[in-house]
Amino acid sequence: MAFWNKEIETMPRAELEKLQLSLLKKQVRTMYDSSKFIHDRMKAAGLSPADITDMGSFRKMPFMRKTDFRDNYPDGLFIRPYEDLVRLHVSSGTTGKPTVVGYTRKDLDLWAESLTRGMVSFGMTKHDLVQNSHGYGLFTGGLGVHYAAEKLGATVLPASTGNTERQIQLMKDLHVTAFVGTPSYLFHIADTCDKMGVDMRRDTNVRLAIAGGEPWSESMRAKIQDRTGIHIHNCYGASEFNGPSFLECEEQAGLHVWADLCIMEVLDKNGDQCADGEKGELVITMLQKEAFPLIRYKIGDVSALDWEKCECGRTHPRLMMLSGRTDDMLVVRGVNVFPSQIESVIGEIPYLSTFYHITLENENYMDDMTVEVELNESSIADDMVKLGRMARQVEDRLKSALNISTKVRLVLPDTLKRFEGKAQHVTDNRKYD
Amino acid sequence: MKNENIITQLSIFINNEPGRLAAVAGILKEFNIDVKGFNLAESTEFGILRAIVDDPDRAYDIIRSQGVIVKKTDVIGIAIRDSPGSFFEAADVLGKAGMNIDYGYAYSNKDFDFLFVRVDDAEKAAEVLKDAGIKLIEKSEI
Repeated sequence: MAFWNKEIETMPRAELEKLQLSLLKKQVRTMYDSSKFIHDRMKAAGLSPADITDMGSFRKMPFMRKTDFRDNYPDGLFIRPYEDLVRLHVSSGTTGKPTVVGYTRKDLDLWAESLTRGMVSFGMTKHDLVQNSHGYGLFTGGLGVHYAAEKLGATVLPASTGNTERQIQLMKDLHVTAFVGTPSYLFHIADTCDKMGVDMRRDTNVRLAIAGGEPWSESMRAKIQDRTGIHIHNCYGASEFNGPSFLECEEQAGLHVWADLCIMEVLDKNGDQCADGEKGELVITMLQKEAFPLIRYKIGDVSALDWEKCECGRTHPRLMMLSGRTDDMLVVRGVNVFPSQIESVIGEIPYLSTFYHITLENENYMDDMTVEVELNESSIADDMVKLGRMARQVEDRLKSALNISTKVRLVLPDTLKRFEGKAQHVTDNRKYD
Repeated sequence: MKNENIITQLSIFINNEPGRLAAVAGILKEFNIDVKGFNLAESTEFGILRAIVDDPDRAYDIIRSQGVIVKKTDVIGIAIRDSPGSFFEAADVLGKAGMNIDYGYAYSNKDFDFLFVRVDDAEKAAEVLKDAGIKLIEKSEI
């Protein structure tokens, strides 16, 4: 079994926890001193850095939430000046305002370190040729995986998204050995291979893959592994805490969450710590981030953590496959979508009423999102061309706000179901079996 | 005086659900609204029943009061002879005047066949057609 950083990766739990506490104290002190936001929050909670002496007192620290990013848009939560920053990434926010994340050189280095450890844990080496089909750009997936694979010494093919036939051609011609992308894109690659008469086992050298960025299931993994002969490893990450960060080892028994980089808590409905293996809300603290630190961030994902030592020899806790959200965030084709984003676009268009409904379907694990929205009665015209143009216009506006395509159906007033109390804006018919 | 050739069509918007069209037809029957000619168009989301009725203003108020979405649309009725080329003449006049026909549907009274058409500017279309010697239906003829 190979390791990237064996000393850390196999450190006994007690030592890891000691390391976590010392890093945590330092981080809290730094944030208290340099983040007005954290300073005010801690003061309001009657806490000073000296009060954080153990994990028990740490749990008195107030939570951070996604709304804090919106309220401090764009960079109010950065604690380093721009001269120290070497990169920014941007992801969707809950409404019109996106979330901007800044990185120092050390932040990028530790982000890559986190992923590189994971890559090594399932057998990637510098001999691998990695086709990275995550989008390059504001999204963290492309560049995040790119730098980690380079750090490992592997050869990266920065394929980015789209043009699947060419991707498969390159996969064959360049003898790609490892693939990175979303689970649904893997299925799409497999389908396209079938159409092109390419047998992934016989005609390509791909043997490993990293898949993440959207919900999927063990049965989907079994299907695609069986179909392609590729060992596929889960990935977890979010731009708030870097981007894709944690991977499964060759055991495929949960994602190793590096305890020297991150404290991951799992809380039950009452806010109490869940037992090992018990599902709850994930709360994330990044121990070494410099530019944009996170303390007790409620990321909104639901899963379980297991500290039992992994068969691979790594001692860090393992995160199980995500099983839901605590909020109404949807992941559509790998992109985070909040119904509130859609609502704010609809609110800006004068010929639409406020009544809308989102329906999600998937075919072959490729997501389709349809937004039905009621027209204002005064805007209805006996003109199909104009109605069609209006629908296209709403589609364009949604695309620029969400970064993914939606189908828009403009319906007559009083067509959509009315709710007493909280409206149910989403019907999710997607299947992951 | 209002142009006698501008005919008020009712555009009735109906959801694509079984029974919705019947419900609207029921209103027409119940309130004794005489439908002279009609056309049914559909989009993926909803249908439009376009109807020429005996008293469009009265019918409009009744349909609206029943909670159905209805709009008034100006159309013109072009007389079509039962001979090849008759429709060409009218279409050619409009085409040369740079006017686009959005949609149309046929209607017959005891003397003529007519084609009701919807154009962007009904007044102007009526004018160029009459100048070209093409007969248009008048309100009183319906």
